[in-house]
Amino acid sequence: MAHELVEAMANMKEKEALQIVDDMLARGEDPNMILDLSSQAMQVVGERYQEGTYFLPELIMSGEMVKRIGEVLKPLLAAKTDQTKKLGIVVLGTVRGDIHDIGKDIVGFMLEVNGFEVHDIGIDQPEANFVQAVKDHQPQVLALSGFLSVAFDSMKSTIAEVEAAGLRTNLKVIIGGGQMDDTVRKYTGADAYGDDAMAAVAFAKEAVGVA
Amino acid sequence: MAPKAWADMTPAERRAWRIDKWRNPDIEWASPEAEEEYKARVDRILAAINLEKPDRVPVRLNMGFWPAKSGGLTAYEAMSDAPRAVKAWKDFNLKFQPDASVDPLHNTVPGAMFEALGYKLYSWPGHGVSKEASYQYVEREWMVPEDYDELIADPANFMLRTYLPRTVEGFAGFADFPPLLDFIELPFVFGSVGVWGSDEMAAGLQRLAEAARVLNEWGKVVFPAMGELMALGFPPYAGSGTKAPFDILGDTLRGTKGVIVDMFRYPEKVLAACESLVQTALDWPLKRGAVSPTIPLVFIPLHKGADGFMSDEQFHTFYWPTLRKLLLGLIDEGMIPFLFAEGRYNTRLEAIMDLPKASTVWLFDQSDMARAKETIGTIACIQGNMPLSLLHAGTAEQVAEHTRKLIDIAGKDGGFILDIGAVADEGKDENLEVMIKTAKEYGVY
Repeated sequence: MAHELVEAMANMKEKEALQIVDDMLARGEDPNMILDLSSQAMQVVGERYQEGTYFLPELIMSGEMVKRIGEVLKPLLAAKTDQTKKLGIVVLGTVRGDIHDIGKDIVGFMLEVNGFEVHDIGIDQPEANFVQAVKDHQPQVLALSGFLSVAFDSMKSTIAEVEAAGLRTNLKVIIGGGQMDDTVRKYTGADAYGDDAMAAVAFAKEAVGVA
Repeated sequence: MAPKAWADMTPAERRAWRIDKWRNPDIEWASPEAEEEYKARVDRILAAINLEKPDRVPVRLNMGFWPAKSGGLTAYEAMSDAPRAVKAWKDFNLKFQPDASVDPLHNTVPGAMFEALGYKLYSWPGHGVSKEASYQYVEREWMVPEDYDELIADPANFMLRTYLPRTVEGFAGFADFPPLLDFIELPFVFGSVGVWGSDEMAAGLQRLAEAARVLNEWGKVVFPAMGELMALGFPPYAGSGTKAPFDILGDTLRGTKGVIVDMFRYPEKVLAACESLVQTALDWPLKRGAVSPTIPLVFIPLHKGADGFMSDEQFHTFYWPTLRKLLLGLIDEGMIPFLFAEGRYNTRLEAIMDLPKASTVWLFDQSDMARAKETIGTIACIQGNMPLSLLHAGTAEQVAEHTRKLIDIAGKDGGFILDIGAVADEGKDENLEVMIKTAKEYGVY
């Protein structure tokens, strides 16, 4: 039986979840434990999304709940860096010319709940910023997002520049969003394309050898 | 004029009246052949809409900035150089000979007009995105949760006094717009006059006038060009547009994240807002005066109800009921809703069948066309869905093969219009040519 906070959050009961947090804090329970329970709830949400019982709304709503609980806990938590061992590192962003972010954000969310360290560099990012982010974070996976056809060429040139900078050797590249399919994958030189956030997770796991 | 009072006409009579105006426009044709071609094209499209077999599969092209790029213009140039832009669009139609005109209207409206308005809802080429990229929506919570009651009570009032002042700089002064009833009694009128002289209002009105000036200059070039396309034999496809009430709320008022959170926090407000927006969404295409009341197809892009964006239960609760009301309202007025189901609609194909037969057209993006044919395709014309990726990065043979496959599956026994699944901003002209040629040869019934 999961903790009542995990249950409430996983079932989208925001008010109930916030009340439970208040009650736990009033009882003097450890804020870090509350944070852990939130993460557990996110895991459940991620699993239900993967199973096809939850969709975009539940991902966004659970993200909102975590944010609100985080705001309550923040003053109570000592500056504590996340010590959890990560499965691997992913650099993520929407390519030049495209300002869409929803698909990218879902991919980031699902990668994080599945244990990856995600560096989201944002939308409409020029090639050079991806190259720099790969240099800085040394990821195993580069995930490029784009909704419009303008993204086809931006993805192609981004991958080419990453390669030209000598950074492709130990790096797997996945593209996703809107019109991405195998034709575009070949065109851009990516290793894979993803139809949904689960594809990105499966790909990243394979890239770090935990699939 | 309609043959008898509009209110006394049945929906079928209204539709017939609109179709007649669309098929037989009062224009000067470029040639007798052009007139013949125009009518043959309308008949071809109508047969498909009526779930009959036309002479061949009609070809319509879901175009964004492609004609500009094909003619050597960037998206920025298309939105700043109307004479060159309309030439590019005309050349495109003459070269590809689609069954419905690819008109320049929606991709050439000058960026300068949006600059003058101080329009914040989108980025456009050279303003927020590069000169090569197409215009894109700027996702924000332009409406806050506290606004729901005002929106629900009166959407038009909310738009004028709250939403537009936030989203269009030219409307900033309207935030203080006084109660209109001041004007019905002489001793009260003074209370409504002063606002027109406020600095904000005066500056805003100047911006609006400048926007109108830019638009009128553009219109002098673009409207005749649209008429010329008709005269050359290319029928316009959709004459107006509207949106699903939930999308109005979710796309440009609350934003994706906003509307989603509201479904959990204030579901009754979301439902009431969607109900309240039905009439607004109906009025949008219907109250256009003389612009284009006759072309029966009404374009409706669908967003937040796609696969993955919500569960079936959420679709049936929040999305479909008010969209269906809107569709029935349009059908009642003799319009033919033309819905563009962006993304995938595989889990909605049965739900959307709850509509009168041969009354709607469904353009699918990445949905499974075999399933679409077996479901919604039994009561409505389906359209689509050549992948944009193939036109952009595929080979000519792949395109031909996919076209044949679509015609075999979705085109079986009529009720199908070939189109591109997504709005096409660029791609290989030679691939597009192959798609159209294949449809015209292989698509003969």
